Amino acid sequence: MPSFLTALKSQVGRKILTGITGIGLIIFVILHLAGNLTLFGDYQAFNVYTYTLESLGWILYILEAGLAICFLLHAYIGISIWWNRRKNRPEGYEKYQTKGGPSHNTWASRSMALTGVVILVFLVIHLANFKFADTNMITLPNGETGRNLKAVVMESFQNPWYAFGYSFVLVLLGLHLKHGFWSAFTSLTMKHKKYSAIIYGIGIIFAILIAIGFLFIPLYIYFTGGQGALIAY
Amino acid sequence: MAEEFTINLKIWRQAGPDQPGKLVDYTLDTVNEHMSFLEMLDVLNEKILNEGGDPIEFDYDCREGICGSCDLMIDGRAHGPKAMTCSCQLHMRNYNDGDTITVEPFRARAFPVIKDLVVDRSAFDRIIEAGGYVSIKTGSAPDANSIPVDKQVADTAFDYATCIGCGACVAACPNSSASLFTGAKLAHLNRLPQGEPERKKRTVAMVEQMEEEGFGDCSNFAECEAVCPKGISISAIAEMRRNYMKAALAGDEA
Repeated sequence: MPSFLTALKSQVGRKILTGITGIGLIIFVILHLAGNLTLFGDYQAFNVYTYTLESLGWILYILEAGLAICFLLHAYIGISIWWNRRKNRPEGYEKYQTKGGPSHNTWASRSMALTGVVILVFLVIHLANFKFADTNMITLPNGETGRNLKAVVMESFQNPWYAFGYSFVLVLLGLHLKHGFWSAFTSLTMKHKKYSAIIYGIGIIFAILIAIGFLFIPLYIYFTGGQGALIAY
Repeated sequence: MAEEFTINLKIWRQAGPDQPGKLVDYTLDTVNEHMSFLEMLDVLNEKILNEGGDPIEFDYDCREGICGSCDLMIDGRAHGPKAMTCSCQLHMRNYNDGDTITVEPFRARAFPVIKDLVVDRSAFDRIIEAGGYVSIKTGSAPDANSIPVDKQVADTAFDYATCIGCGACVAACPNSSASLFTGAKLAHLNRLPQGEPERKKRTVAMVEQMEEEGFGDCSNFAECEAVCPKGISISAIAEMRRNYMKAALAGDEA
């Protein structure tokens, strides 16, 4: 019998790891969106949220380390699958098309590596622009002094390059999730005659909701010039 | 006599392994709707031979959809446009006068081209040798029904046993994965009482052999299920993953 580590390095184990890290990232994306939506709360809601998150201290570091592992492992395995794909069919077909029916072979599913790498590159820019941004300090309702990240968000998304660049990447995230959601459950061996179709359907709805949720913020701020009525000033 | 019509073909010609190949154009104006795809190729070969050319090599045996030899990538789909159909059971009535059809071999690193449309699928044989069998007493025939098998289990095992090892799953998979083939063999043997004693050993051995042969990862495209002439479900792949991880976690304990 292979050791547990050898098993995890096999084709099967790598899919299990991709599925587990993928579900971890799905949970992160949901929480991230929920946090972003506090922008539409009262004047300081977003800054209070980020302040509370940052004051978690070592708990936050552990969560961030887990998240980083999910991202890196997911990306590493994904890129190696793409690499093996090229290696395992050295001469491609002159003509290739899907047979349809039960197949989930679409641009979205074939381009998981491409959309994934774009998201990864975006992530680096995104962290630099927001998480590690220079911010002014502001007095929060509880009397503490916190970073005014809301101002950074409002300012960034009035720049068309950032607003539309961000939106473009988040459309790619939606496409990644369209296949990824269902695929994660299937990799974790949850394949069922009836329920798999339901999971696939939920995955599509989830991908659309996440994309709409994330797209709404930059586009709303851009098109209202940072003066929209939904955001308190 | 059925009316004859014309089909244009682009067929992959390759003189031998590791030699460069290319698509060659042919026109056949004596096609009729009752011909199978292979019979159409027979007529084309007849014509090529009469003209003193080298006939197109392609694999076939039973020509009734049960042997899994007739591996053709027809217009970019393994076994052609129809679901749950082998190339030999595809009939020319599915095509119209003047259509152009591209025919290529099944492509994968683990399926090297031997000549033209014929590929070497012995990698599948080695996966079977690794564990695709049950160890039982041979000799006198055992009594029928001496080992009770639940009807539902027997039916599901049979569904997986319908795999004819044609390799369409590998050919159609964007990653050239053999997970459906290996998964189907495992799902067939592992769920029957005769296969149970060797379940863990078999699963590990076949998964390892599949990887060693140079087949790719499974990305859950399910294209394999779409092209499988027997319509085998990718549930087999989920089951393979479950059994493999269970075997690894159990270690050497039976």
